[in-house]
Amino acid sequence: MPESPLRSPSEEPPALGGASVAPAPDGIGIGPVEDLPAVGRPGRRAHARPRGRRRTRGLWSDAWHDLCRNPVFGISALLILFLLVVSVWPGLIASRDPLSCDLGRALDGPAPGHWFGFDAQGCDVYTRTVHGARASVAVAVCATLGTALVGGVLGGLAGFFEGWADGVLSRITDIFFGIPMVLGGLVFLAMVKAEGIWPVVWVIVALGWPQAARIARGSVITVRQNDFVQAARALGAGSTRMLVRHVLPNAVAPVIVVTTIALGTYVALEATLSFLGIGLQPPTVSWGVAISDASSGMQFRNAPHILLYPAAALSVTVLAFIMLGDAVRDALDPKMR
Amino acid sequence: MRTATRVTGAVAVVVTLAVVTAACSSGATGSGGSEVVRASWGDPQHPLEPANTNEVQGGKVLDMIFRGLKRYDPRTGKAVDAVAESIETEDQRNFTVTLRKGWEFSDGTPVTAESFVDAWNYGALVTNNQVNSYFFQYIEGYDDVHPEEEGAEPTARTMSGLKVKDDRTFTVRLNQKFSQWPQTLGYNAYAPLPKAFFEDREAWLRKPVGNGPYKIDSYARGQSMTLSRNENYSGEDKARNEGVELKVYTDSNTAYTDLQAGNLDVADDIPASQLKNAERDLNGRYVNQPAGILQTLSFPLYREEWQGERARKVRQGISMAIDRQRITERIYHGTRIPATDLTSPVLGPDGGYAEGLCGRTCAYAPERARRLIEEGGGLPGGSITLTSNVDTGSHRQWLDAVCNSVNNVLDDNDACRVRPVGTFADYRRDIAAKEMKGMFRAGWQMDYPLIQNFLQPLYYTDASSNDSGYSSEEFDELVDRANAADGPEAVGIFREAQKIVLQDLPAIPLWYQNGTAGYSDRVKGVRLNAFSVPVFTDIEVA
Amino acid sequence: MGRYVIRRLFQMVPVFIGTTFLIFVMVYALGDPVAGLFGDRAPDPATAALLREEFDLDKPLWQQYLLYLGKIFTGDFGTAFNGRPVTELMATAFPVTVRLMLVALVIEMVAGILLGVVSGLRRGRGVDTSVLLLTLLVISVPTFVTGATLQFLLGVKWPLVNPAVSAEAPLGELLLPGLVLALVSLAYIARLTRTSVAENARADYVRTAVSKGLPRRRVVTHHLLRNSLIPVVTFLGTDIGSLMAGALVTERIFNIQGVGYQLYQGVLRQNSPTVVGFVTILVLVFLTANLLVDLLYAVLDPRIRYA
Repeated sequence: MPESPLRSPSEEPPALGGASVAPAPDGIGIGPVEDLPAVGRPGRRAHARPRGRRRTRGLWSDAWHDLCRNPVFGISALLILFLLVVSVWPGLIASRDPLSCDLGRALDGPAPGHWFGFDAQGCDVYTRTVHGARASVAVAVCATLGTALVGGVLGGLAGFFEGWADGVLSRITDIFFGIPMVLGGLVFLAMVKAEGIWPVVWVIVALGWPQAARIARGSVITVRQNDFVQAARALGAGSTRMLVRHVLPNAVAPVIVVTTIALGTYVALEATLSFLGIGLQPPTVSWGVAISDASSGMQFRNAPHILLYPAAALSVTVLAFIMLGDAVRDALDPKMR
Repeated sequence: MRTATRVTGAVAVVVTLAVVTAACSSGATGSGGSEVVRASWGDPQHPLEPANTNEVQGGKVLDMIFRGLKRYDPRTGKAVDAVAESIETEDQRNFTVTLRKGWEFSDGTPVTAESFVDAWNYGALVTNNQVNSYFFQYIEGYDDVHPEEEGAEPTARTMSGLKVKDDRTFTVRLNQKFSQWPQTLGYNAYAPLPKAFFEDREAWLRKPVGNGPYKIDSYARGQSMTLSRNENYSGEDKARNEGVELKVYTDSNTAYTDLQAGNLDVADDIPASQLKNAERDLNGRYVNQPAGILQTLSFPLYREEWQGERARKVRQGISMAIDRQRITERIYHGTRIPATDLTSPVLGPDGGYAEGLCGRTCAYAPERARRLIEEGGGLPGGSITLTSNVDTGSHRQWLDAVCNSVNNVLDDNDACRVRPVGTFADYRRDIAAKEMKGMFRAGWQMDYPLIQNFLQPLYYTDASSNDSGYSSEEFDELVDRANAADGPEAVGIFREAQKIVLQDLPAIPLWYQNGTAGYSDRVKGVRLNAFSVPVFTDIEVA
Repeated sequence: MGRYVIRRLFQMVPVFIGTTFLIFVMVYALGDPVAGLFGDRAPDPATAALLREEFDLDKPLWQQYLLYLGKIFTGDFGTAFNGRPVTELMATAFPVTVRLMLVALVIEMVAGILLGVVSGLRRGRGVDTSVLLLTLLVISVPTFVTGATLQFLLGVKWPLVNPAVSAEAPLGELLLPGLVLALVSLAYIARLTRTSVAENARADYVRTAVSKGLPRRRVVTHHLLRNSLIPVVTFLGTDIGSLMAGALVTERIFNIQGVGYQLYQGVLRQNSPTVVGFVTILVLVFLTANLLVDLLYAVLDPRIRYA
């Protein structure tokens, strides 16, 4: 995560800036060690303290406040905004028709007006990449939110309540874990005859939530043991309050890490489903389909450009969401404040 | 400390392993013996019985370990006598088969008239669940051993049309005249079976025994098979190498890579996109030659919107809107050839292949295509779908290309849409249930190199592969006449019959499919037969 | 602890029944597989009916399921359509897949944790950025491309390894496929470790350990890493599943007829004995893996107790 290069120097006060309120961990922590300070370099977190956080603000608004001041968040938000704009109005930056293809130019390299070259069907790679954003981003984001929500809630509850609730929820997770993706996809999409992205999103959520659930459960089990949770329990905090205020913010990091990476793999998953004839179908264009077309039959060996551009677009998207995830995680971590 | 040591230890182990394997594997290059050909293979989809094998990979082995009454010359595609000394008939319906002397199975037992009759009866009997039973449908008494209705019990266990005269002679009576019947006998389904098969089928299946140029030494199911030259083989096409080692590959790209790495001598079915590289990678050591496979697009003539003169015009228009030349060049790099009739070049002009018979209908002509579709009242419902399974055979690309071609001609991106079906079983089920709505893929791989096989099973009223539901009295009558006629005359009548089909156009010819193979510099004489299977007997190891 | 383990083992029974039933219903929902057995020909009704009878496909769903369960208890897992008993398929597929999975697991564990710790301790530095780039690369370039490229480079260009794995699949031949298979998970583990390490590096016990004057290395391995491993261990537990069942692409590239391949074939050819048999074994593996993971929690974090 190249956060420090992105951060402007002015926003990065000396590491010990916050020492007056709380001892900066790196100062005392592993100070003498040459490379450890990077961990604790509080940067943006350190200045939050002395700036006199009002007591009345809760944890979540604290997090929001932190987030807004984080340049990483700013950059990722801009990127995501750009992706969304392109998804909604691809015509803004690509005026050609993504469906008009000339087989005679199949796999040709860059030409004037077609700087990204042509794919195996002779379609303009640039236009297809821009127009592919809509379906790919929509599927990836919706599926990620879906798996994180379903998995997070079920896994979190299983980890929090232990006992028979954990047993039942975990065993259901195990059963779902066992469904092979191809089988699940074929059955699910054969039953749901609807078109568009939603069936694909449902399939991915249905088959993807068990992983998020396991991660969430493991994370909650760890956090639950912490002194502050035990203390809250001893003070008579209700289950809901403990979950939302104490457990959730501390347990969310691994879920964020896993789901932001999974976001990228869902685009590939969508392509696998399309390949089986059950995912998004033409005339919908998507990066996943472009990438899998490029790899089928070793096409990429003769025409690397048909793989390069959609893969790069996917990389940028994943990067944006990984940065967003990192920023959110940092904002939610009280230790970093 | 403990964790650290463990981690370091694991790293050390991994690194050591990497070094060791690198050292080992570079030395070993497979187990190919002195004159053994190492070839790629796919796992057969059915047990390796002659009448139960309907795909190329199983056929590859059967072709090596069996010889029937006839075999197909790999160069000309003509049926020549193998075990048969003569097959005689006077009325095109009663045949007398005489076997050559001295043929033996590789277990030493003789090949007799009974070996054939028993094998055919086994293949035809419904309770043996053989998927190729229909090959025996022309023999009298087939309906008794193989009733058509679901659940009906067979009333006989042997076909009345088969009679053993003596060890070397048997007679066959067909239930209709079929002049070209002797030429169908080169197909694997008609192979003889040794006594051992009927005594213990399970044991035989573990290591099949036949009478072909090779015998099986060992067979690891799903993985590999080693065959060695059958020294007792009585046929003329004796193996020119000591044996063949077949290795199962789950992906033809891997077989190709293994060929490049020198671990394989023959890899057939090179992916089309690799063919561009094959020239460079293999120094031109690859073959790309016609095989008896034709791809067509069928129409559901059982639906009202596809019946009648106007719909015929629309079909003609669609046919003219497909730029076959460009698709075969750009997507298949010359491993497909634009089709101009409904047969295959492997038949040769004498066998009934008629280049250009389809005429203007199969030529790309955007202007005429537009006009014809317009005259026919446009596409039914304004747009059509193109359906195919996509799990096998990398169909996806050409489906897209065909639809793009039609869309470009009609200047409408919604005119043609690909509708993929997940599994082959699903696809066949939809076709059998007559649930197709628009065009659908129909591939035909010939069973034997006869024009009859490209027409009758596909377009005769209610024939087994007549997926479009086409029916023409005129065509049926011509086919009946051709089957009763003799040799060259029959071919002529079949050609007339084909003209009718091309006129009515229940299916659009797309392209003839070639067989492809690459080979190493260890071997020479690699070529494919008309079924796109390497002719292993001809391969010599340098 | 003992009672906990026994209870977990007993829970396997309902999961076993639930899974077999669910998968059975799903394969059944795909429809009649017999049409696909006749190639490009209309199935001949008589033979089709007999084939349906042979595979019990002519009976109602519940009866098929009970027949199947009954057979399983006599050790008969049914046959695939090519006549091979499913037990035989399992006997060839599982050993090689388990070996491949273990190779991949070791690779992703060692490399992933190492990269994760280093980048967690030096956030924003070179290693950290490299891990991020690696993550983006393995996610956006399909396994097929990385696999085929590595295979071509190491198998053909500089012949170091055999491109295809032999039937015996010795450990050495599985290193390259294992690496290819591990790549995506490696990215997950590196990033999970990185986050955890970065978070825990500020925890009180680390500060205490450092102020006690413990050597830095000991702080990292003993205090920091041990407490950062729980999410990683959880992920590894879930990953065993995808490494075994989802290795289809890797298996195809390196010609391994493993679990992923057989499952895929089983699904495409709609052969329920193959699919249900393989999935059942897989689910048992997941259950065991999850149990181990839960027990590991207690080892890594002594505050977690199981009763």
